[in-house]
Amino acid sequence: MKLSDVTSTVEKIGFPLARPTWPDSVPRSAPRRRTGLNYDHEWSRRYPVRLARAMLLDNVALPLSRVVASTRVEGKEHLRGLNGPVIFAANHTSHLDTPLLLTSIPTEFRHRTVVAAASDYFFDRTWKANLWAFSLAAIPIERTKVNRHSADVAASLLDDGWSLVIFPEGGRSPDGWTQEFRGGAAYLARRTGRPVVPVYIDGTRKILPKRSSSDKLPLGGSGSENRAGPGLRRHDVRIVFGAPMRPVEGEDARKFSARIERSVGLLGEETATDWWRARRNAASGAPAWSKGPDASPWRRSWALDRRGRASDPSSYKEWPPEGS
Amino acid sequence: MSPRPGFVLEVDRSTPPVLFWHGESFSLERLPEGSRVIYAPEPLEALEDPRAKIRDALETPLGDSDPLRALLKPGMKLTICFDDISLPLPPMRSPDVRQLVIEEVLELAAQAGVDDVVLVAALALHRRMTEEELRHALGDRIYDAFAPNGLLTQHDAEDRDALIHLGETDLGEDVEINKRAATSDLLVYVNINLVAMDGGHKSVATGLASYKSLRHHHNPKTMTHSRSFMDAPASELHSANWRMGRLIKESGVKVFQIETTLNTDTFPSNFAFLQKREWEWSLRDRATFAASSSALSRTPSRVARKIFHSIRSPHAMTSVQAGEVEAVHAVTTRNVWEQQGVEVSGQSDVLTMGLPYICPYNVNSIMNPILVACLGLGYFFNLYRNKPLVREGGVLILNHPTPWEFHPAHHPSYIDFFEEVLTETKDPVEMHERFEESFATDPWYIHLYRTGHAYHGVHPFYMWYWCAHALEHLGRVIVVGGDPAAVRRLGFTPASSLQDAFEMAKDVVGFSPSVTHVHVPPILMADVS
Repeated sequence: MKLSDVTSTVEKIGFPLARPTWPDSVPRSAPRRRTGLNYDHEWSRRYPVRLARAMLLDNVALPLSRVVASTRVEGKEHLRGLNGPVIFAANHTSHLDTPLLLTSIPTEFRHRTVVAAASDYFFDRTWKANLWAFSLAAIPIERTKVNRHSADVAASLLDDGWSLVIFPEGGRSPDGWTQEFRGGAAYLARRTGRPVVPVYIDGTRKILPKRSSSDKLPLGGSGSENRAGPGLRRHDVRIVFGAPMRPVEGEDARKFSARIERSVGLLGEETATDWWRARRNAASGAPAWSKGPDASPWRRSWALDRRGRASDPSSYKEWPPEGS
Repeated sequence: MSPRPGFVLEVDRSTPPVLFWHGESFSLERLPEGSRVIYAPEPLEALEDPRAKIRDALETPLGDSDPLRALLKPGMKLTICFDDISLPLPPMRSPDVRQLVIEEVLELAAQAGVDDVVLVAALALHRRMTEEELRHALGDRIYDAFAPNGLLTQHDAEDRDALIHLGETDLGEDVEINKRAATSDLLVYVNINLVAMDGGHKSVATGLASYKSLRHHHNPKTMTHSRSFMDAPASELHSANWRMGRLIKESGVKVFQIETTLNTDTFPSNFAFLQKREWEWSLRDRATFAASSSALSRTPSRVARKIFHSIRSPHAMTSVQAGEVEAVHAVTTRNVWEQQGVEVSGQSDVLTMGLPYICPYNVNSIMNPILVACLGLGYFFNLYRNKPLVREGGVLILNHPTPWEFHPAHHPSYIDFFEEVLTETKDPVEMHERFEESFATDPWYIHLYRTGHAYHGVHPFYMWYWCAHALEHLGRVIVVGGDPAAVRRLGFTPASSLQDAFEMAKDVVGFSPSVTHVHVPPILMADVS
């Protein structure tokens, strides 16, 4: 029996086996929980825990990730010569992004890197918080609104020499195209003076895509039971590191964030086309490739998955082909 | 963080099932949407140093009274009276408040060189306490110093030689109380004021009285006109005791009153869920509930009763005041209301309550059907000020197993009352006129009261009189999960489930009745507007 089945059974039996529901008429006071943003993750950066995590990442997570993902890492040369911590800002389409990125980061950064993770998703239960804090050195961040506490924690860690992996979209993309970046990475870079390394991760969505709740239901019809599971499918993955970026004179966090977003998009376009076409496209002032075509959901999905990889958004105009 | 005040919850679709006591067990019941659930205020902070506060109170008395130290003289006759086993509920962890207070009083008496000191348990017509119970209330130090010398006594309302008639009130009420107490140079009374009704002049006028005196206010007329017992200005019981108390004072009896209030921290931490709001139950609370309710369902009632009666409450003292009776009681009452008061808007058609395993008269004993009625209709129904929580003609739903079971040593006259009186009439006035006298004067009951551990022969009548106001007010009383024969004998309607009870209630109050559930214990008092 899966854990989700157990949870579902408990919920059906209800209180007192399951947690009590909260009456609508009763205002909830500020939780005195030790989860979410209040989770104390300092223990996860102590030396014995770091050692255990390093062994886990290098000896378990790395080989396992390579089993499901044939990974090609590009642009590592950009990281050479960087002293001190950096902010890795990557696009986000799958839960596999974090372990694959962590195992692809050069070792001089890998074992002193924390991952900014959504407090409401990864830190809502104590066991989950403990798991992610240990295995990924995750720290909780508020992704739905600006939170001074999250920013202070991340900034102090950067000041202490810890690199940070952050997904500025604030969550996994529902369709694989990049969502608008939030300003957290740019703000931290400006505040701490540390560089931002743009990263594009391609292919993880094919292995473990984001599923909506409706996706978890059987599709119905003959053979639907075979399509309902969340199984992993092996696929090629490319992880491309871009050149480190720093805010320029007079550039505020919002503008810097937009520039980071463009850089990540450019790296994505490189994976879909090539370095030269991506640059030419960017210089021509054409719409950002990473946003995808302005079309219906299925056509956006079609454009992304064409030929098994992302395609030029302008090509959506070509479909259906004239004369067909 | 300061404790939260009482709370009235309006049940909605998200409200989890609500805890209902069911004698020596409990269950979770779902209430109809729109029902109200009244929760007691959270326990007030305990006094940091209770002994120091007691000493302060003795040194700085309220009202027209000198400090206790000044009242104690060598050669004087001092009697210290104290509340009996009926308070507090459940019995509190050692040291009991009575022990703390009396030890401080005795320290002063010893310093003043008072030799003639007698302690009297103010039983009224309650059963005599056992040695174990006295040791728990007073502590070994006091018990061992006084009991072997015959100086720790229990009030005997049937010992004609130990009673004194002080006169009659303006309304012709006899005032007859314990002679030793009345003839002492100083009577120190030590109270535990668990509810607003406790203390004041009632301590001496009731606790140390005889049947001849008690019958003037423990009768259907007084009880019906006490609306409620907890609201002094509206209580005829209170008025009668005040008339008697003032006569006692005018007779020259010098009373130094000491009153203490407790917080609502009623159950130890392993039963903490019993006093928490259900939506705030932690994993531990849920696990404890599931484990204990499951275990109790498989436990013989005798064993379950023993387990529950072994609970010692973590009640903590929140205030202590001493001095002249009325001045002290005014402050005490305010303190009780501060801890227990909950403002409630309006009455409802149906009132529900789960009755626990204990009431003032079955400590270390059996909650027989008459006590079930008394706890529900006499005590819990009367936990209000202004007007009852249920409208006139409304329905009261009690949740209790109501076993046809009596403690033969503690409640002998209850058995005969149940068999001989309730089979004839449920009307308090009729039974008062036809049967009370014979039970009150029955030599066998008097013998058992004086020499054993039996409640007085008339006591079951008093229990029924406590219900008089509710019986007059209510349209129907339904008991969920009770022994049907015992419930019918009480004149109530048995129901197998709460949902059935709601269906039955509709016959009386119509469809879509408004429902209020009182989440007691911990004790609360509803201030109904």
